[in-house]
Amino acid sequence: MLKKSLKQRQNPLSSSKHQLNVLANGIFKNGELPSFKTNLEKNNLFPLKPNPIEILQINLGYMCNQVCAHCHVDAGPDRKEIMTKKTMQHCLDAVKKSNIHTLDLTGGAPEMNPNFRWFVEEAHKIGVQDFIVRSNLTIIMANKKYHDLPEFFKNHNIHVISSMPHWTKGKTDKQRGDGVFNLSIEALKKLNKIGYGLKNSNLKLDLVYNPSGAFLPTNQNSLELDFKKVLYDDFGIEFHNLFAITNLPISRFLDYLLASENYEDYMYALVEAFNPKAVENVMCKNTISVGWDGHLYDCDFNQMLNLKLKGPAEHIKDFDEVLLKERSIQISQHCYGCTAGAGSSCQGSVV
Amino acid sequence: MSKTYYDPADLKKFGKITEWNEELGTKFFDYYRKVFEDGALSAREKSLIALAVAHVVKCPYCIDAYTKDGLERGITKEEMMEAVHAGAAIESGATLVHGVQMMKKYDKLSM
Repeated sequence: MLKKSLKQRQNPLSSSKHQLNVLANGIFKNGELPSFKTNLEKNNLFPLKPNPIEILQINLGYMCNQVCAHCHVDAGPDRKEIMTKKTMQHCLDAVKKSNIHTLDLTGGAPEMNPNFRWFVEEAHKIGVQDFIVRSNLTIIMANKKYHDLPEFFKNHNIHVISSMPHWTKGKTDKQRGDGVFNLSIEALKKLNKIGYGLKNSNLKLDLVYNPSGAFLPTNQNSLELDFKKVLYDDFGIEFHNLFAITNLPISRFLDYLLASENYEDYMYALVEAFNPKAVENVMCKNTISVGWDGHLYDCDFNQMLNLKLKGPAEHIKDFDEVLLKERSIQISQHCYGCTAGAGSSCQGSVV
Repeated sequence: MSKTYYDPADLKKFGKITEWNEELGTKFFDYYRKVFEDGALSAREKSLIALAVAHVVKCPYCIDAYTKDGLERGITKEEMMEAVHAGAAIESGATLVHGVQMMKKYDKLSM
């Protein structure tokens, strides 16, 4: 079980430059597989242009109470990158002056940012349509100071989206750490108890499924049926939607793919499943990702690869939705992860 | 030349068999795709049957393919191993049931 981030272990893959090198060379350099750009060009989709911005996804910091084996953020207790209150204020200003209707807080564990509650309260006052917090569930149980999070979420009408890689303990703990399954079940029960995830409840509770290994997720609807049946039958737990998210070949998951000698087969599977229809709805088309330091990216994955958004407004303090609409989206081979099969986004399948 | 008969990379090239006989290759892959769609049996159930048969016919490509397919579908390792045992039981049963033929022949030839 992992205890430390790649960065803390001084693993070469903690460098975004090194990751981009891996993705640009090998099977993509020798022509065995086409680059993502080549595939977009073949389908007249290059350069990839955005639609109007609807979602602001804010990374409040890389600190997390868990060290998950597949984490694309390389998050963990040893990561100190945390968004400041000043940058949070810039985010609030950006939302106020734009047509953004969805706020999506992520991390790390966003709740570990010391100004998390202040930010949620301020953002709640603006009154966005959909206010998401990506909570890893165990944080609710981790420490007494987080035990009231379900109530706090409820009071601010937060839409909770949580990771749950499998309905069995073994698979969940292998990916996310020992004890995570039981704690997640307890946290889900707490959320259900105050109304989250119940049929006809306005308190939205969705789960995220990531495959726990070098394979792609299957049909999201059939997975949702399986999850719903087992979680209800075994634990009496209810939730609304399941989002199936493909693991992108970056950071810790890339490290795992290379170490287990699955990298080439995985990339073949992604390229083979390339679906031009999924490209039309990938999340970078309507989302802007804000890094903990305020820099803007086309998505959270590009943030982790330090592929900064290219355009006249590159920092949240300069946010301008009209200017941002003119940019071209930054791409590399990891983008195949979002365009495979039914596609993948932070809201699950896109086709 | 490859030093082994089986090369895992050949599985990715399976579709190439169509290049030498387009009509039959295409018909086979259309049939194959249709077989594994949801029907009276779910695609999940068919995946487990395919995994069991893969072991019985001892096809390493099929074992790789349907282990991965099972993982993608969220099928547990316990379910997969039970499917393999179901295949193995039929296979060993098929051997043992011939024992009746042996017994009959034995009795017929014996005084």
